Amino acid sequence: MTPGRRRWLPAAGAFVLVAVALPACGKDSPSILDHHGPEARHVAGVWWLMFGLAAAVYVVVAGLVVIAIVRGRRTSTPAEDGAAVVRAGTDRRSESAFIWAGGIVAPVVILAILAVVTVTTTRDVRRAQDGELQVEVTAKRWWWDVRYPESGVATADEIHIPVGRPIDVVLRSDNVVHSFWVPQLAGKLDAVPGQTNHLRFQASTPGTYLGECAEYCGLQHARMGFIVIADAPADFDRWLARRSGAGTGPTSEATAEGQLVFMREACAGCHAIRNTQATATLGPDLSDFGSRQWIGSVTLPNTRGNLAGWISNSQTIKPGNLMPPISLEPDELDALVAYLESLK
Amino acid sequence: MTLLDRVPTGKDLATLWEDAPGIPGFFSSVDHKRIGMRYIYTSFVFFFVAGLTALVMRAQLTTPESGVLGPQLYNELMTMHGTTMIFLFNTPVLAGFGNYLIPLQLGTRDMAFPRMNAFSYWIFLLGGIFMYLSFFVGKMPDGGWFAYPPMVSKAYSPGINMDFWGLGVVFVGLSTTVGSINFIVTIFKLRAPGMSLHRMPIFVWSMLVFSFMAIFAVPAVTLAAGLLELDRLFGTSFFVPALGGSALLYQHLFWFWGHPEVYILFVPATGMISQIIPVFSRRPLAGYLWVAASLVTIGFISFGVWVHHMFATGLPPLAMAFFSAVSLIIAIPSGVQFFAWIATMWKGTVRLTTPMLFAVGFLLIFLLGGITGVMVAVLPFDWQVTDSYFVVAHFHYVLNGAVVFPIFGAIYYWMPKMTGRMLSERLGRLSFWVMFVGFNVTFFPMHILGFLGMPRRVYTYRDGLGWEGLNVMVSLGSLVFALGTGITLVNFLISRRRGRPAGDDPWDADSLEWSTTSPPPDYNFASVPVVASAHPLWDQKPLPYASSGSDEETRGLGPEGAVERETPITSGIDTAPEGNLTIPEDTYLPLMVAVGLAVFFLGLLVNAAAVGVTGAALAVVGAVWWTWRTEEDLA
Amino acid sequence: MTAATVPVPGPGPTAAGVDPIRPSTRRGYSTAWWGMAVLIMTEGMVFAILLASYFFLRASAKEWPLGGIEVPKLELALPFSFVLWGSSIPIFWAEAAIRKGRVGAFKAGMAISFVMGLSFLLFTLYDFDELTFGWRDNAYGSIYYTIVGLHAFHVFIGLAMSVGVQAKAWLGRLDHGRHSSAEVFSLYWHFVDVVWLFVFPSLFLSLHL
Ligand code: HEA
Ligand code: HEA
Ligand code: HEC
Ligand code: CUA
Ligand SMILES: [Cu+2]
Repeated sequence: MTPGRRRWLPAAGAFVLVAVALPACGKDSPSILDHHGPEARHVAGVWWLMFGLAAAVYVVVAGLVVIAIVRGRRTSTPAEDGAAVVRAGTDRRSESAFIWAGGIVAPVVILAILAVVTVTTTRDVRRAQDGELQVEVTAKRWWWDVRYPESGVATADEIHIPVGRPIDVVLRSDNVVHSFWVPQLAGKLDAVPGQTNHLRFQASTPGTYLGECAEYCGLQHARMGFIVIADAPADFDRWLARRSGAGTGPTSEATAEGQLVFMREACAGCHAIRNTQATATLGPDLSDFGSRQWIGSVTLPNTRGNLAGWISNSQTIKPGNLMPPISLEPDELDALVAYLESLK
Repeated sequence: MTLLDRVPTGKDLATLWEDAPGIPGFFSSVDHKRIGMRYIYTSFVFFFVAGLTALVMRAQLTTPESGVLGPQLYNELMTMHGTTMIFLFNTPVLAGFGNYLIPLQLGTRDMAFPRMNAFSYWIFLLGGIFMYLSFFVGKMPDGGWFAYPPMVSKAYSPGINMDFWGLGVVFVGLSTTVGSINFIVTIFKLRAPGMSLHRMPIFVWSMLVFSFMAIFAVPAVTLAAGLLELDRLFGTSFFVPALGGSALLYQHLFWFWGHPEVYILFVPATGMISQIIPVFSRRPLAGYLWVAASLVTIGFISFGVWVHHMFATGLPPLAMAFFSAVSLIIAIPSGVQFFAWIATMWKGTVRLTTPMLFAVGFLLIFLLGGITGVMVAVLPFDWQVTDSYFVVAHFHYVLNGAVVFPIFGAIYYWMPKMTGRMLSERLGRLSFWVMFVGFNVTFFPMHILGFLGMPRRVYTYRDGLGWEGLNVMVSLGSLVFALGTGITLVNFLISRRRGRPAGDDPWDADSLEWSTTSPPPDYNFASVPVVASAHPLWDQKPLPYASSGSDEETRGLGPEGAVERETPITSGIDTAPEGNLTIPEDTYLPLMVAVGLAVFFLGLLVNAAAVGVTGAALAVVGAVWWTWRTEEDLA
Repeated sequence: MTAATVPVPGPGPTAAGVDPIRPSTRRGYSTAWWGMAVLIMTEGMVFAILLASYFFLRASAKEWPLGGIEVPKLELALPFSFVLWGSSIPIFWAEAAIRKGRVGAFKAGMAISFVMGLSFLLFTLYDFDELTFGWRDNAYGSIYYTIVGLHAFHVFIGLAMSVGVQAKAWLGRLDHGRHSSAEVFSLYWHFVDVVWLFVFPSLFLSLHL
């Protein structure tokens, strides 16, 4: 077998691998091909079209490369090969025709297809629509502030949306550039300081979708995740209503004690909790913390143990994040954890 | 037989052109070949450093939630990896080949501004050292290779880290600019008689395009980094949104350079390929004019696509669709080159020597990298994959594949000329195969990781996202690839000691550098060759040389010019001799000015006025002295 | 020194099969001049990009100048701009003179141009002193100081080059055959003037329209 042939088999194999592996791998991953909304679906479609074209281009062109090599080797005797420079038979016209056909005509056709696809897809996605639900998302270092302007509900790192309703994420940053990305729902949009961007998308199936910060934003860019929870509209309304009503306040002795600790310690200097005197915005709003799935922007699952660890020293968990370690007596910590977990 | 033996002037050319011996000669040489070699050696040191950095990064990324590196260190290494590869390896290594080869390929005795040439090397070296000082003070830049403010502004990055980057970039940009001016004037004014533009080797064409692109693009990055430093050091507010500055302005400035930059790297790499493929296909390049025109076209178009790096910033869709379309169009000149190479091999008889293997490897890798480039140019698709590992895969296929593979090919092809000794074919082939396999194992899975939602520039990732296996594969592959590059390193070291002597022209190649000895004498050509073909060594047997004419204009063509340390200046288009350029003796002035500037930048860095003023004074004194002692007609 | 022949095949200008090598009929510019021409391309790019940045910031601002800073005044800027542009004229004259070897006229032209350039530079410094805002105040201040300051720096470098060339002339190092440093300087000076042709309308005039 010639070296040339050996090289091109794995290349073709690789393409088959992608075709097979991509959808399969996507099981646990926030894969862009595992689409759950119109934008992601459109783009997945664009991908499969491009994949087909790319595979064809690769196979044909790489095939030509390999044949060109093999051909030459066959037609030359070693003696010729060593010395003679082929000048005769240098047919300018056929060369030009070949270069025209392969380098210009064929690409123009393919690129024209891609250009049309680009324009039509761009037109079809991210359009303003009636009945949009506005969600104001402000990228922080390194977490996401989430607000629903119509109902005044505030939360963090977790965005609830109703399935089937167009969403308008009003994206801002008051610090550095970040990027909002939920692969299964839509492509990225940056949060640029001094600028307001609108990311419009929809979820078509209920579920929890992982989101990530996709623009390098410093030390903890890697742990600046969030989740988007798409609920049936009724569930969403219930979720929203629960958070916009007057809160219940602490329901037990332990949680009341926890609230005291929260207000007494530094916590209230950075965090807000609805219907309390804690209104600071340096850190995430904790009003519904007990119902949230993650701590520290998708760093740790929200369990009591993890929370206690986070409060005592979040720096060991997410080094460099902007919450200082806070040392509390064990019983204070327990009460605080109980309080925070009771906020729903 | 050396050319020297053929020159019966009675004068010993070798001593006339020789640098001072030993250390003084080292610091004062202005010989383009010595400088070219230094560029190549120095940039390869940076390549191995940055490669090693990548391996350490891969150690961290092999497993989820890994603790090999903390976030700060990872971010620093990631930044230095990208910055080093682009600024301190790729650009200068190509400048090094250009420096070495252009005068030889053009049939002249040195560059147009030999002292400037030395100066640009010293700037590059000192700039590199400057950036790596950060390593020794433990404060490496950590803003990524494109360092977006406000993240890197004083408010969010108060340390000295980014000052190393910002000042270093301005400094190294100076080297590229000076080098490019030198290339352009050399190419236009020092070509041997008869070497009209359409007879120039494609590599020279590619360096001409490289230089013009650099001339027009580098100011943008100098300003991006320069204004950033003004913000950081002097409190201006170009990139401070609260004071009317703009975060996006920086991105525009950076990418207005950044995009052309990647073609600045790519174009000379294809120029190398266009030299190697014909020689080992045993026939002239098919569609020479097509290829030259493609290079120029790529140069032009590449200034109109920078926004494709900003597709996610929320610009108006219509504007972005325009940049999307232009980005697609740039595939056409690449396609033209591609088919010219195929046609060349098709009509020729291919000899799969090591340089040719690297060329073929380049073809197969670049094809994929180019195709994924076209994919990310499609606006809505890019929204999904930008800033994910898919883009990391794309740019390693093009940067590492389509630039580094040609450079390795060029090492195997031209090192025999530069050192006079062949590299081992056996080790060369082995190195190629290990690199080729390692490369694909490393970078192919990154495409898939991008699809699976893995963002780039993350120092770690959670378990259970389906990224684990592929990351292991990537890391293993990177070791294989590194091993492959190591084999070439070993090959080179062995060859320097006991490589087979190369002779003047081991490949039976077509361009002028192969007409002189290996390594060439200090004066390159005692008599300048007279060119009548794009492939002088194939078509003009034996190659004619000029003798010195009786008038001032043609006196320098023959050995008399060599004896006078002169090289002929010819008219830009038709290469008619116009006069002679005196090649200066070796001098410390370039080093002095470069050191002065470096000290000046150091002063800015540590905010010490006294240091800055001292450096500036040194540079100014050197520059005045330099230009003052300039004989007229000599720069 | 003695002329040499080359005992390799195809000896030179009249070798068989090779056209004789005829010297160029025109005297070309020196390599230094070409080097300066290319340097000017890249410098021109610097100013073009700075002006583009100026308009970018201006377009994204609600008011311009930002923060109620007053519009740059024209009373002095306009006449001094003409002084700067005018300083190119004696240079044309001086360059023509040195080509003919008239060193005296050359020195005179250079001196006149130098005085004009210097007065413009002094005006710029005076203007900086008069400004009511600093480069730290906001992005307008930053870009204004940067562009005008960088241009002034170029004027300064031009003046320094002028001193060097004039010194060479006084020392008798320039004549009709050797004057490339004069040509290089002249090219640079025209460039500095042309830059102001763009800077002045952008930063000054356009705000008065
Ligand atoms: C050597 C360097 C190099 C080269 C040659 C290229 C080549 C191309 N690149 Fe790439 N690019 C980079 C280096 C390079 N790139 C880097 C470093 C980045 C990332 C920077 C960062 O973010 O850190 C980047 C990122 C990048 C982006 C932004 C992605 C993002 O951040 O979201 C885009 C988008 O348009 C793009 C497009 C292209 C295109 C269209 C080409 C084309 O030129 C490719 C053309 C070639 C071919 C297509 C193959 C040959 C052609 C044929 C055989 C004809 C037939 C083919 C078809 C019809 C398809 N590149
Ligand atoms: C020419 C450019 C170039 C080259 C050659 C490479 C080479 C490599 N790159 Fe790099 N890379 C970039 C340019 C380049 N890269 C850029 C611009 C970025 C973006 C940075 C940013 O986002 O800001 C990047 C980012 C980048 C990332 C993403 C980081 C992130 O987003 O978090 C990764 C991750 O795996 C990576 C890996 C590698 C690897 C494994 C190699 C390997 O090929 C390296 C192999 C190692 C070596 C070649 C040297 C070691 C060899 C030896 C020490 C010899 C051994 C000796 C014997 C065995 C005898 N690179
Ligand atoms: C100096 C400001 C500051 C103080 C004081 C502070 N926090 Fe925080 N806190 C933050 C920031 C900032 C974050 C977000 C960290 C991140 O994810 O990067 C955070 C995150 C959290 C989270 C996780 C929220 C989520 O949605 O992931 C909890 C819970 C929390 N803090 C509780 C507390 C408690 C309890 C105290 C007091 C004992 C406290 N914080 C004190 C700033 C502070
Ligand atoms: Cu926020 Cu990355
Ligand atoms: Cu680009």
